[in-house]
This record gives sequence, C-alpha cells and structure tokens, in this order.
Amino acid sequence: MITLRINGLDVSVEEGTTLLEAARFFGFPIPTLCYMEGLSPYGACRLCVVEIGEGPSAKLVSSCTYPAEEGLKVRTASARVLRARRMVLELLLASCPQSKTIQDLASAHDIRQQRFRQEYEDCILCGLCVRMCEEQMMAKAIGFRNRGEKRDIGTPFDVQSDVCRLCGGCIYVCPACQLRCTYTEPEKAICGGCANLIPPCLEKEQFDDMMCYMNPCVACEIDKKFEKK
Amino acid sequence: MEANRAISNEENICAEKEVDLKGILRILEKQEGRGGLIAILEEIQAEYGYLPEKALRIVSDRTRRSLVDVYGVATFYRSFSLKPRGKNLVCACVGTACHVRGAPRIVEELEQQLGIKAGETTADKEFTLETVNCLGACALGPVVVIDGHYFSKVRKSRISQLLDEARRGFDKAQPGKDKRIFPIDVSCPHCNHSLMDETFAIDGYPSIKINVSFDHADGWLRLSCLYGSYNFSTEPDIGVDTVVRFHCPHCRVELPSTSDCSMCSAPMVPMLVRGGGIVQICSRRGCRNHMLDLL
Ligand code: SF4
Ligand code: SF4
Ligand code: FES
Ligand code: FES
Repeated sequence: MITLRINGLDVSVEEGTTLLEAARFFGFPIPTLCYMEGLSPYGACRLCVVEIGEGPSAKLVSSCTYPAEEGLKVRTASARVLRARRMVLELLLASCPQSKTIQDLASAHDIRQQRFRQEYEDCILCGLCVRMCEEQMMAKAIGFRNRGEKRDIGTPFDVQSDVCRLCGGCIYVCPACQLRCTYTEPEKAICGGCANLIPPCLEKEQFDDMMCYMNPCVACEIDKKFEKK
Repeated sequence: MEANRAISNEENICAEKEVDLKGILRILEKQEGRGGLIAILEEIQAEYGYLPEKALRIVSDRTRRSLVDVYGVATFYRSFSLKPRGKNLVCACVGTACHVRGAPRIVEELEQQLGIKAGETTADKEFTLETVNCLGACALGPVVVIDGHYFSKVRKSRISQLLDEARRGFDKAQPGKDKRIFPIDVSCPHCNHSLMDETFAIDGYPSIKINVSFDHADGWLRLSCLYGSYNFSTEPDIGVDTVVRFHCPHCRVELPSTSDCSMCSAPMVPMLVRGGGIVQICSRRGCRNHMLDLL
C-alpha cells in the first residue's frame, strides 16, 4: 500500500493506482476527457491536471497517467490547477466548439468565452477511438497518421479496413462527434444514432456529403451504396 | 484533392507492378531478428525510392504488425514517402534557424524554378521538392540537400546552378546509370570472412577494408567497392609506386598472390567475389590494373 495526501487528506491506495483513480475513489472529482475506464490512460487532453509537490517545486501533472507515490502531496483543485484547466477547456473550445461534451465541461467550469482563434475541427486527437478499437474491439482498424498539424485518425491508405468489425465503438466513444447525423440532407436527419464526424473505419469517397461513414449505418441501417442508385 | 488522389493512385498502380514479393522478403529476411520496423522501411525506401502500398502490406503481414502501426510509422517520418519520388530529391530545410535565415525565399525560388509546390514531383519525374524541419546544421542555414549532398548558406542566386548540377549528376560515377560501374561484395580467400565495412562508405557504398603493411609501416586501406571506381582511403598515407602487402583484417593471413601484374609485374592480390568469382588488384599504389573473373 502507498500512503499519500490528497487535498490534505491522508489516504492509502494499492501500488500502481493512478492519482486520478485515487482521487476519484476518495471522492475528489477531477474532470477528464480522454480517459475512459477500460482503456489505457493516454494523457492527451490534459484536462485532468493536478498539482503535486510543494513550494517552488510544485508542478502540474496529468493525474490519469501519474502513478501514486509514497508521501506525495496532491492538490486537485488549487487555484493553479483551476486556471490550467480553464485554459485547456478554452483551447478545446477553440478547436472543437460543436462538441457537446466539451460544451458541458466548459459550462461546468464557468467558461463563457474563449480567447483563441476559433476553429472547427472534427477531431481533437484524444485517441479514444484508437484505443477503443485496439483494446476493446481487438481490431486495430484505425490509428494515428501523419504528424504535427497534419496528424489525423483513419485507416491505412484511407480505404475501408478489412479488419474493422463495423462495431461503431469508435463512434460511440468520440467526444467530438456530437453533431447529429445529417445524412445527405440535414432537414431529413432523424436518428442521431451514429452521430459522428470523423469516423474512421470506412472509405471516404462515397460518403463525401455525409458526416458518417458507417455502412450500413448502425442506427438507421440505411445501406448507402444501395441508396446511391 | 480528388484529382490528386486519382493521379497518385494511378501512379501507385503502375509502380506497384515492380514491387515483387521476393524483393521485400529478401529485405525482411535480412532484418530478421533485429526487430526494427524503421530499418525495414528504410531499406524498402532505398530500394524503390518510396514505400509502395503493397510493400507495406507485405511487411505488416510478415512481421505480424498491424497495418495501422506500419502505416502510422511510415506517415510519421518525413524521410519516408508513400508517393513515388522523382530521380533527384531536393530537400529544403524550413526549420526555425533556416527560416530566419531566409529559407522561405529559397523554397519559393525552388518552387518557381521547378514549377512545382513543395511535396510535389515534376511531370518529367526528374525532381521531387520536399521541406524538412531542421537537419541539425542550423548554423549553416539555409540548408538545402540535393540527392544526399548538403549545401549550406544557400542563396537564391545559387539555386539554378545547383539544380543544373543535380540534373547532370553530382558525381559521374553513378552506379545504376552507368552499366560498367557496379558494386561488388568481396571476402577473404583464406577465411572467407566478408571484407565489407559498412561503417565506412566510399562512393556511397560500404568500403572494402584490408590491412596493409609496407616498409615497416602498417595500417588500413579502404577501397571503393564500385568496380571501375578508383576511390580509396588509407591510414597512413602510402607513397606512389609503393608495393604493399595485403592482410585480411579478420584472420590476419596475408592475401596470397598467385600471379603478377601484366603492367608493372608487382604481385596481383586476389579476393573472392560474393556470388562466385575472383577479383585481382595490383598491389602497387598508383597502378590501376585489375581483373575480374566471374564464374
Ligand atoms: S467500427 Fe471499426 S474502426 Fe471503429 S472501433 Fe469498431 S472495429 Fe474499430
Ligand atoms: S475521432 Fe473522436 S475519439 Fe477519435 S481521436 Fe478524434 S476526437 Fe478522439
Ligand atoms: S484525462 Fe488525463 S489527460 Fe485526458
Ligand atoms: S533549422 Fe535548418 S538545419 Fe536546423
């Protein structure tokens, strides 16, 4: 067992527990975006920052990836942490304002405005879909490609993957994909079942006007190839 | 975008005809046990000039890596290209240091002279223009690399000359273009140990390393493995007309001479050529006599 102090409370946890798990277990809420139980922690969004250490050597770390250490002093809601978290949220809002998940998080943190250049990205590169596909679906159909500002998610060579199970797991976990399915004509959009923007598992060509690439759509079961005729 | 993709697909298909399973398997076999994906991809790229889709699929299949991982690595590094490149590769550094030293103007000039944008290949397949983000030679910026040759402090006015030079080929001894010049792989006739030294390249190929002794001195001699190239490097310097004795660096046995040079009658020294055959070179420094007997 490892003993550490979270927000002034001495607690002990199993070795290997992350700060996030420990804090949540003892009732200290920490917001997360790229973390999901059942998937390996990835540390991409930095929303789960906490402050560790004391005095001038105190630093911010992502709690979802930081393992509990003996005698560590952790603050999950210090002024510095809150400031950093709000900044992260503003940045997320700047890149993907249409995401319901991000909007909710922002409003929970009292953010009314963001001060960066507004973009409308489809994907925040949180890697949830990639981990879902690999770790829960054992498919490894999609992954990160390119790097820097060209980094994106998709299948190799942009063609339909032959290992994709069409399970929709990637779409289900995506926090950026909360726009409703608009099919080809937005006014006819009804189901919202697939609700995604960059769903990586199918060939893109024939789905140009659509947000969704599932074929057939897992929710409405419209076969798009068939519809084309 | 769509049109672009169509073209590149077509290119891929044409080029893929040349990608044969055997070639890729040979590379995989060579790299087997070393476990490096990057090394494999580098070798494929060296062989084909780019990474063909088919090759990546074979690699993923044989090395039991998922295609996503292989593709991820192949698209991550700038040195890998998924599209066929032109004959000459022009790489302009646009890293921070080169940027402030005027790299954008250099790239602009290159784009203008070649009539393509960075990342594209000219229609005649002569040139591919790419940009990189720092080559680690920041003090020499702006840096341009053409076909592996580095040019420092490049100015706009120098570019047309550099491109001309590239068109002609930087060194005339370009294997592959000239049929009389080709690399050979040799080994010691006594212990059969390879004499190739991958750590020391001459003419862009691993050199042939031999220990030499003459006049109470000894040292090493590295020869170009290109048959027809006389480039070499020694330590210490061997005076012209000195006859040296050759020793295998592995078994230390003196390479036995079986005949004398027809031109200067110094002993000819034999080495085994991989694939069958013997190459003999004259042991007198300055004499260029050599013979190749392929079996
Ligand atoms: S739908 Fe395909 S790509 Fe998405 S998680 Fe399932 S197997 Fe992976
Ligand atoms: S597609 Fe969605 S789940 Fe996947 S990395 Fe992008 S935002 Fe995250
Ligand atoms: S939840 Fe920890 S970095 Fe995203
Ligand atoms: S920035 Fe060009 S070499 Fe470093």
